[in-house]
Amino acid sequence: MKYLLVLSLFLSSVFSFAQNVPYITFEQLEKIIYKQDDTLRIVNFWATWCKPCIEELPEFERINAEYKNQKVKVILVSMDFKSKIDIQLKPYIQKNNIQSPVFVLDQTDANVWINAVSKEWSGSIPATIFTLQSKQLSFREGKYSYEELKQKIQSIIQP
Amino acid sequence: MNHNLITTAVIVLGSMIMASFITNPNDSVPTGYKAGDKASDFKLKNINDQFVSLTDYKTAKGFIVVFTCNHCPYAIAYEDRIEELDKKYAPKGYPVIAINPNDAASYPDDSFENMKVRAKQKGFTFPYLYDETQATAKTYGAQRTPHIYLLQKSGSDLIVKYVGAIDDNSQDAKAVKVKYLENAVDELLSGKDVSSKETKAIGCSIKWKKA
Repeated sequence: MKYLLVLSLFLSSVFSFAQNVPYITFEQLEKIIYKQDDTLRIVNFWATWCKPCIEELPEFERINAEYKNQKVKVILVSMDFKSKIDIQLKPYIQKNNIQSPVFVLDQTDANVWINAVSKEWSGSIPATIFTLQSKQLSFREGKYSYEELKQKIQSIIQP
Repeated sequence: MNHNLITTAVIVLGSMIMASFITNPNDSVPTGYKAGDKASDFKLKNINDQFVSLTDYKTAKGFIVVFTCNHCPYAIAYEDRIEELDKKYAPKGYPVIAINPNDAASYPDDSFENMKVRAKQKGFTFPYLYDETQATAKTYGAQRTPHIYLLQKSGSDLIVKYVGAIDDNSQDAKAVKVKYLENAVDELLSGKDVSSKETKAIGCSIKWKKA
């Protein structure tokens, strides 16, 4: 009995190391990414089913690790379907040991919030914005390489 | 000697001028059709191996052109709704014309052969055309799948009346609140102008061929 208890505690602690993936509304997302502080936020819209998104994700992870001790944060916003969060998104995060925080955007009527992210955005992913001090510094629809991310960050934090 | 030099110069200059008109399809700056633009026709291969052009449809009032594909989960989520649109609006003069613009070399699920398989599986009643050169997708300015262009005939012209999303809920057909595309077609059918001419939706980027 005691053995079972210990085992189940151990197992639950193993699973709790896996990242928590909260659902957020668009309003909640805006509060996070437009927070009035000195942190440069790199917000990447992606999904596990999006091939170019998966290809560029390691680059974002590398940046997130490299700038861990500076005021630079990567935020991953997943467009995965609600029905696929447990069977696709969480396993992907676990398998690839994703360290950047991942949120699932739980908001219908994309027509409204796509334009709120950027009027330039057609709605395809990947898409990435840079935010700092409640302002959006840039928007890109399409992939980013590690070099491009680094160059951009440096140009902002060390102009 | 002079003649060859002039010929070469003309060719070089001509190429430079032509090159300046060719924009990189991977730029995120939106180009392509907006409501009010004249749309061009095309001649694309259907899954029955016949070629299809919009001029083939003599009695149609317009067209629901949808850029879509096999692999994209957003396109898949809309397959049944696209089929319902054709069932509802083809008899009213607005048939669905589906076009797959993706590069099958990098996305084999979107090959012509797989288009035939999917259409058969789902019982598509509309043409599912293969934009092999991707020229139609570029001309229309399609940026993702699915991406809708609602066209209305005006004399011998095709006028773009609505561009964008099918409705406001990709994931859950039962939870749709606003049917953007249906509203637009219904407005045209009652002789009105389209009130919401452009909307956006999340989708997979179009898979352009690598240079």
